[in-house]
Amino acid sequence: MIKRPEPVQVIKQRRDAVLRKLVEGVPYIQFLGIQFERRGDELTAILPFKDDLIGNPMLPALHGGATAAFLEVTAIISLSWNTLWEDMENGTLDIENLDRDGLPRLPKTIDFTVDYLRSGLPRDGYARARINRAGRRYASVHVEAWQDNRSRLYAQGTGHFVMPQRQL
Amino acid sequence: MTDKIKMAGQFIQALPHARALGMDLERLDPGEAVISMPYAEKLIGDPKTGVVHGGAVSALMDTCCGAAVMSHPSNPSLTATMDLRIEYLRAATPGHRITTTATCYHVTRSVAFVRATATDEDAGTPVATATGTFTVEVKR
Repeated sequence: MIKRPEPVQVIKQRRDAVLRKLVEGVPYIQFLGIQFERRGDELTAILPFKDDLIGNPMLPALHGGATAAFLEVTAIISLSWNTLWEDMENGTLDIENLDRDGLPRLPKTIDFTVDYLRSGLPRDGYARARINRAGRRYASVHVEAWQDNRSRLYAQGTGHFVMPQRQL
Repeated sequence: MTDKIKMAGQFIQALPHARALGMDLERLDPGEAVISMPYAEKLIGDPKTGVVHGGAVSALMDTCCGAAVMSHPSNPSLTATMDLRIEYLRAATPGHRITTTATCYHVTRSVAFVRATATDEDAGTPVATATGTFTVEVKR
């Protein structure tokens, strides 16, 4: 018997709910104002500009620390999302009771390197992560961030992470 | 020298992002800076443990490294981060103030090299270490 595919709204609702829980649970992501957009499993992080993110008011330019945090947040959420995906899609993840305790622990950063390519302008930033390796214990993630032009990155970063151990 | 520290302190507290994170300049010597950041709920990165997000530690490290470059005897007029690598040795204890010490150990005509260490209120192993290179513009 062929299994009928799920209605598109059911799929979207489930995926968006999990993503929202993942992002809304972290106070620092809320403090910076970072949002995530989803196309299938692909995530794009958005950092809407606000004065609090300025480092040098003379130029003005985004604070290097805000840029570093934006890249690290993008890496952690993308990595966690990638880990959750399978359980979310096959129904193992209890979507109804998703709270802080329902979600697995977040990956822990071991190291993170930021390459500042040009100064961050006082406008919205975007970032996407590429998971180069997702092992059971360790992961390596690369993140690219841009503002006006996708091909003109203002920063890129690479980090290593310890993966949360799955509870059996 | 105290005037310079006072001015540098005011300068750092005038950086909007540093102010938003509550950073305080504790000490400024030639090529060395100490900046601290109080614990706050908005800085939490792991809601299950209350541990501060690595990004907030990065921002503190970056600010402190920049301050160390600016205070270097070569007297740079402007600096920007080129590269910053952070190693997270252990989770910062929730509730603790994080203090960073940065040393600018070499400056060429165009580049400054910096190392930094972050500690919480527990002595012993630091919370994080950082290595950075910064662009330098020298007053003419």
